[in-house]
Amino acid sequence: MSLTEIIFWLLSGFAIVSAIMVLVSKSPIHSILWLILVFFAISGHYILLNAQFLAIVNLIVYAGAIMVLFLFVVMLINLDKESDPQKNIWIKLAGVISGGSLLIVLVSLVKQATEINAKEVLLSKGNIGLIETLGKVLFTDFIVPFEISSVLFLSAMVGAVVIGKK
Amino acid sequence: MPIQNYIIVALTLFTIGIVGVLVRRNALIVFMSIELMLNAVNLLLVAFSKVHHGAALAHNNATTVGAEAQIFVFFIMVVAAAEVSIGLAIIVMLYRNTRSIDINFLNRLKN
Amino acid sequence: MKIILAFIVLFPLAGFLVNGLFRNTRSKKSIAYYACSQIFSSFFLSCIAFYLVKNGGSEVVTYFDFIKISNLNISFSFQIDQLSALFLLIITGVGFLIHVYSAAYMHEEEPKHFARYFAYLNLFVFSMLILVLGANYVIMFMGWEGVGLCSYLLVGYWFKNNNYNYAAKKAFIMNRIGDLGFLLAVFWIINKLGTVGYTEVFAKAATLSTFDVTAITMLLFVGAMGKSAQIPLYTWLPDAMAGPTPVSALIHAATMVTAGIYMIARSNVLFSMSAITMNLITIIGLATALLSATIAIKQNDIKKVLAYSTVSQLGYMFLGLGVGAYTGAVFHVMTHAFFKALLFLGAGSVIHAMHHEQDIRNMGGLKKKLPITHLTFLLGCFAISGIPPFSGFFSKDEILAAAFASNPIYWVLGVVGAAMTAFYMFRLYATTFLGNFRGTKVQELHLHESPKAMTYPLIILAILSVVGGLIGIPEILGGNHQLHHFLSSVLTSEKPIHINHNTEFLLMATSVVIAVIAILFAVNKFSKKPELSEAKGLGKIFANKWYVDELYEKIIVIPLLAIATFLKNIVEKSGIDGIVNGVGKYIQYSARQIRLVQNGQVGSYVLFMVLAFIIMILIWVNDGHIYKFLTQLF
Repeated sequence: MSLTEIIFWLLSGFAIVSAIMVLVSKSPIHSILWLILVFFAISGHYILLNAQFLAIVNLIVYAGAIMVLFLFVVMLINLDKESDPQKNIWIKLAGVISGGSLLIVLVSLVKQATEINAKEVLLSKGNIGLIETLGKVLFTDFIVPFEISSVLFLSAMVGAVVIGKK
Repeated sequence: MPIQNYIIVALTLFTIGIVGVLVRRNALIVFMSIELMLNAVNLLLVAFSKVHHGAALAHNNATTVGAEAQIFVFFIMVVAAAEVSIGLAIIVMLYRNTRSIDINFLNRLKN
Repeated sequence: MKIILAFIVLFPLAGFLVNGLFRNTRSKKSIAYYACSQIFSSFFLSCIAFYLVKNGGSEVVTYFDFIKISNLNISFSFQIDQLSALFLLIITGVGFLIHVYSAAYMHEEEPKHFARYFAYLNLFVFSMLILVLGANYVIMFMGWEGVGLCSYLLVGYWFKNNNYNYAAKKAFIMNRIGDLGFLLAVFWIINKLGTVGYTEVFAKAATLSTFDVTAITMLLFVGAMGKSAQIPLYTWLPDAMAGPTPVSALIHAATMVTAGIYMIARSNVLFSMSAITMNLITIIGLATALLSATIAIKQNDIKKVLAYSTVSQLGYMFLGLGVGAYTGAVFHVMTHAFFKALLFLGAGSVIHAMHHEQDIRNMGGLKKKLPITHLTFLLGCFAISGIPPFSGFFSKDEILAAAFASNPIYWVLGVVGAAMTAFYMFRLYATTFLGNFRGTKVQELHLHESPKAMTYPLIILAILSVVGGLIGIPEILGGNHQLHHFLSSVLTSEKPIHINHNTEFLLMATSVVIAVIAILFAVNKFSKKPELSEAKGLGKIFANKWYVDELYEKIIVIPLLAIATFLKNIVEKSGIDGIVNGVGKYIQYSARQIRLVQNGQVGSYVLFMVLAFIIMILIWVNDGHIYKFLTQLF
C-alpha cells in the first residue's frame, strides 16, 4: 500500500462518511456543513490526480459560493431545526433499499466490464490539470461553449431576479 | 491505481445522493443531494481523463488528450452554479407561498 | 328465340318496376291497363315460343356467365323445350285472365295500393317465368325464392290486419323450410357432379351412387313439400287465403304450388333412379290428398274449402309423379290450373256480390242472381269431380290408372279421395247456389252479377276447363294422347303402363259412377237445408283440421320460442352483454386504481425511476440471471 493509495482510501472514506452525515443530520445547517466537508474531500481527490485547477475552482465555486448561497437561504427562511415530522419509516426503508440495490447493480456492471480491466489512473503526473494547459485548451478548442456559458449566466441572473420579485 | 476503485467511490457517492433525494422531505436537503450527485460525476470524469492521458503519454510526450474531460467538469460546475441560483429562487418562492419547504406540498401538481 | 325468351321475362319485370316506382302518380285505369298489357305481351310471345318448340325448336340459350368459380360454371341461361313451353302458356295465359279479373275485383283500393298490388302480381309472374325457364337448378332456385317472396307480399297485402301478416309469415317460413332442402340438394349435385345445368346433370346422372341419388331426390322433394303444400308443410296454404281472392287463384291454385311438380317432372331422370323416393312421394301425396279432402268436407268458408281442395289435388299430382305417371301429373297441373282458377275466381265473384261475406252458411239461392257465375262454377265443379268429358276426368283418370298399375290399393284410396272431392265440391256448390238465401236483407239487395272484367275471364276459363282435356284423350277411348307425345322428349323416364283394356274401362267406369253417386248425395243433402249445427265426433276432428296446427304449435313453435327466450335472457343479456359490459367496467376500475399512482409526490416518482432503472439493467445486461450477476459482483 503506497502512500497514494492510503491517501486515496482516507479521502474516499472521509467523503462517504460526510455524505452519509449530510443525509442523516437533523438540522439543515449541519447538513450544509457536512456537504462542505464532502467538497473538501473531493478537492483532495482532485489534487491527488494533479488536477490543480479543478481542485481550486471546486473549492471556490462550490464550497465558497454555492454553499454560502444555501446558507443564505436557510437563514432567510429561518430554518434551524426540522420541525415537521419525517417521512414514515417504510418510505425511508424503501428508499434506502432501492438505493442499495442500485449500487449493487451498478457495481456489478462495472465488475463485468472487461475493457476497463487494465486501465490505470495516472496519479500525480501529467500536466493536463495545470492551469496553462487547461487554459490553452479552453480558449482554443472550447471557446464557443465558454462564450455561451456567459449567456447562460445572464439568463440565470435574469431568471433569478424575475422569480424572486414579488 | 486501477480505475475500478474510482468508479466504485463515485458510484457510492452517487447512490447516496439518490437516496437523499428519495428519503428527505426538506427541499433544501434534496437540492444538496443533487449537488452531491453532480460532484460524484465530476470526480469520475477527472479520473477518466487521467486514464486516457496516461495511455496517450506512452506514444507522445506532449499530448493533451485528457483535457476535454476536465473542461467538461469545468462546465458542469458552471451549469451547477446557474442551476443553484434559479433553484434557490424557486424554493424561496415556495416558502413565501406555502410557509414551508416540504416537498410533499408540491403534490398539488397532482391536480 | 333468345330475344323472345328475354322479352317474355322482361315484360312482367318492367311492369313491376314501372307500377312500383310510379305508384303514387298514376290512375287506377292506367295501372291496370299497363299491367295487363305486359302480361298479354308475354302471353303472345309465349304462344310464338310454343309454336316454335312444337316445330322442333327446343334449345338452351345462354345470356351471360352468372357464377364462375374454378371448375364450377353456372351461366344465366334459359331452356325452352316442350315442358317449359307448356308451363309458359299456362302461367302467362291464366295470369293474364287473373290480371284482368283483378282490375275489377280490387277497384275499391286506393291508387297507390292498387299499383302495389299489380306490381307484386307482375313480379310474381316474372319470378315464376324464371323458375320454369331456367336451364339449371340455380336459376330455378332464383325463381323459386322469388315466388315465395311474392307469396308473402301478396298474402300480406292488406297489411293493416295483423292476422293476415301472421298468415303471410307462416307461408314464407314454411316455404323456407322446404327451400333449405332444395338448397342442400343443389349443393349435393354440385359436389358430386360439378355442374347444375339440366342437360349436363341428366347426362351424368348414371354415375351417381344409389345413396347420392336417393339423398338428392329426397332433398329436392322436401323443397317440393314446402312449395306445393304436402304433408307436413301444408298448413300455410289454407291460412294464405287471407290474401285477395285473385291472388289465391293465381298463386295458390294455378302456378306457385305447381312449381314443385314442375321441378320433379323436370328432374324425372333423377327421380326414376331412386325407388325409395318414388314410394315416399306416392305415400305422402296420397296421404295429403285424403287428409285435406276430409278437412274440406267440414269447412264453412268458401275459400278455405277451395284451399283444402287445392292441397288435395296437389296430393293427386304427387301421387301421379310417385307412380311414374309424369305426363299425367303435368296434365293434371294444366287442367287443375284451369278449373281451380275458375273456381277461385267464381268464389271471388260470389264474395264480391255478397260484399265480402265468405261464410257459406250465410249464402244460398244465388243461382238466380248470379247466373254467369253460377254456370261457370258448376262447370268447374264438374271438372274437378272427374266427370267426363270435362278436363278433370282425363287427367285424374290417367293418374288413377297408373296408380292401379303400380299397386291396386293406391287406386282404391285414390278413388275414395275422388269421391270425397266430388262430395265436398258439390256440398259447396249446393250450399252456395241452391236453396234459399240465408243472408241479411241488406246483402240481398246488394246482390248483382259481377262486371264484365270479372265474368269474361270466368267464361274463358270455363271453356278451357271443358275442352282442355281433349289433348290428353287416351288411346283406349279413341284419341292419341297428343300431350303424351308432345312431352315425351322431356319426360324420358316415363314408362308406359300396361293394363288390360277391359280393366282400364272398368276402372274408369267405377270411378265415374262413384263420383256421380257422391254428387247426387251431396246435392240432395245440402240443397234443401244447410248444415248449421255444430260438427260432432269425427266431423269435429275434420272441422278442426285434425288439430294439426295446434300440434305444430305445441311441438315446434313453443319450444322454439322457449329456446329463443332463453337465449335472449340468459345467453345474450347475462352472458354476452355481461362480458362486454364487464370489460368496460373492469377497464374503468383499473383506470381508477392506476390513477392513484400519480400522487404528486416527487419522492415516489424518483423511487419508481430508480427501480425501473435497476430492472432495466438487470434485464438488459444479464438477461435476468440474477445469480450469475451476484457472483460477478464479488
